[in-house]
Amino acid sequence: MVLLESGFSSPRNDVFPAGLRVLVVDDDPTWLKILEKMLKKCSYEVTTCGLARDALNLLREKKDGYDIVISDVNMPDMDGFKLLEHVGLEMDLPVIMMSVDGETSRVMKGVQHGACDYLLKPIRMKELRNIWQHVFRKKIHEVRDIESLEGIESIQMTRSGCDLFDDGHFLGGDDTTSGRKRKDADNKHEDRDLSDPSSTKKARVIWTVDLHQKFVKAVNQIGFDKVGPKKILDLMNIPRLTRENVASHLQKYRLYLSRLQKESDIKNSFIGMKHSDPPNNSTASFGLHKPSNTMPDDVLNGTYSFPMNNSLVQTVDVKGQGDRHGIASVPVAEPKGALSKDIPDSHKTKSSQMSFDHSLGSAASGVSFASFGSTTPARYSWTEIPEIQSKVEYEPVQPENGFNQLPLPEPSMIEKEVNRSRTEVKPLFDEYRSNLVGHSSPADLVDLFPVQSKNQTLKNQVFDPIFATKSSIKTKDISQNCLADSEFAQRNLNATGREVTLASLPEDLQIFWLQGDGYPMNIALQNFDFPEYNDPALIDETPFYSYDAPRLDHEHFFDPTEYYAIDQGLFV
Amino acid sequence: MDLVKLQRQLVDYKASLYHECVLDEQFTQLQQLQDENNPDFVVEVVSLFFEDSERLLNELTKALEQQSIDFKRVDAHVHQLKGSSSSIGAQRVQKSCIAFRNYCEEQNVEGCLACLQQVRLEYSLVKTKLEYMFQLEQQILSSGGSIPI
Repeated sequence: MVLLESGFSSPRNDVFPAGLRVLVVDDDPTWLKILEKMLKKCSYEVTTCGLARDALNLLREKKDGYDIVISDVNMPDMDGFKLLEHVGLEMDLPVIMMSVDGETSRVMKGVQHGACDYLLKPIRMKELRNIWQHVFRKKIHEVRDIESLEGIESIQMTRSGCDLFDDGHFLGGDDTTSGRKRKDADNKHEDRDLSDPSSTKKARVIWTVDLHQKFVKAVNQIGFDKVGPKKILDLMNIPRLTRENVASHLQKYRLYLSRLQKESDIKNSFIGMKHSDPPNNSTASFGLHKPSNTMPDDVLNGTYSFPMNNSLVQTVDVKGQGDRHGIASVPVAEPKGALSKDIPDSHKTKSSQMSFDHSLGSAASGVSFASFGSTTPARYSWTEIPEIQSKVEYEPVQPENGFNQLPLPEPSMIEKEVNRSRTEVKPLFDEYRSNLVGHSSPADLVDLFPVQSKNQTLKNQVFDPIFATKSSIKTKDISQNCLADSEFAQRNLNATGREVTLASLPEDLQIFWLQGDGYPMNIALQNFDFPEYNDPALIDETPFYSYDAPRLDHEHFFDPTEYYAIDQGLFV
Repeated sequence: MDLVKLQRQLVDYKASLYHECVLDEQFTQLQQLQDENNPDFVVEVVSLFFEDSERLLNELTKALEQQSIDFKRVDAHVHQLKGSSSSIGAQRVQKSCIAFRNYCEEQNVEGCLACLQQVRLEYSLVKTKLEYMFQLEQQILSSGGSIPI
């Protein structure tokens, strides 16, 4: 019996798979009841959910509270595939999809989105009895990843320690000898590991905001089109981070970006039509540039509170705030080219920055303006919004642009704002569509950031299209702007560190905080100190864990189809 | 009524339901899930099914009454009904949903309306039959007997 360490809070080692903690999500009450019964018969521990949002909440609240998720594909509040992605990114749990529709294309889609299995309804007992294999497989892979990826020396040191240490050569200066020894030890080590995976310590990497920032920075430095896990790893220079960790993270990042791109593409055409005028309500989604009409005094005044816990804040409701934020933050950039683009026009940058800031909060923009102005070549943007047809033109305005109405809050305020907006997680695209207006209250934003959020990208993606419509910022500019401001980025990163719960965002809360989501993208490694974020309650001081099984192709070009959640936990 | 007779009647009745494809193997699975912990499991599940189906049928009726029919919506409901009916093994209902979905895809209003009729019929059929079957079971149980498998 494999001892499954870390991440399993329940002591089920001896009786695995009994006690497997399953979360079932299905909007059909009949099926929910049946599945619950069936799973109980398998001696699993079952939790049922009728809504995808509830499921996500549960998952976020109880990190490591579940071993596997089974979800229906068709649900009213959220597409099952989206849920699948969220879970994969944020919690990295195996997810099984179910449907009464067995069409190959659907099944394929499921697999593409990362489902480890796709069951057809009606589901038989024997199919459920076997789901534990997915859990087991993931654990094995994680273990193996660690094994193979960690530096040989370190592995040897930790595992076969006695052998190596006893041999002076290993530590000594004789290269050939030590090299040989290393190899031998390594072989020994691998053999041992493979035969007894339970003896390996699994370290799961928690991609904290900081870590992600470093990652993004590294990616930017290398150049989007030249990026590869090894290079990133070297640049990042984080001890104990393995190439595998970076590779899988990179893959997610790519997926995220590509998704954003796709969505923005869709949105662009969609938006093109709706261009005309922003809904005349308080939730005006357009108008990045609107003079902070809706700029939230309330935002500034701290109507928001950072939810320190992961409970969702569902009430996002900052009038018009959302879009400001969202829009601004959309790091629109060419996945390939944008990275190295310099901000040609700092003026422009400013204005775009402004937009951002608008969304963030006037204060924030004010603050970040300066930094934005300084130009860092847009390294990369999380998402690319190719043809953003923003109606709102960014005027090359002074920093106060848009802020006119908002008094500049103190930095801390600004930070908060920024964070808030940044962290705003976009609700699902679907939600967006229904409500182009993005507004989010700070509180919501914060709340939306669960500690271990991984789906920043998802949010961003959702926003992108909206962002495109609303903002007049060109994609490139935006990205540049976004990137330019490391501080800004930092904030975003931090903000995004909190996971924004997409699900929890009400429809109205369509925050277009791409920027925020763009988070890690160009987050400089500045230490943005967000008091709220530093709340220990939020910070997940989990030990170093490594991510799951290696991605298929870490080296492949950045394909932003994966979004990436930034985990608030610390990379210990 | 004679207990043995009742029991035989139940067995025959169930057999006919399977034979007519009103119910399929999934229903058997459901029955197998029932145990001492959940002695009313099947009845509960079936009740849930009835509730949900009736809701869906109403939604469908409304949707098809619209001036401008939203076929995507109609399709979504039918899909749900299909899933639901598969849960208890209401095979005929499930099959009629398949035809229904095809008409939705074609955006064929008459076809959809006809299918709605059909689905309603099949649903009423399975409902009536199941209710009768539960009645028989109840009678057996209250006569001190056990339900023959």
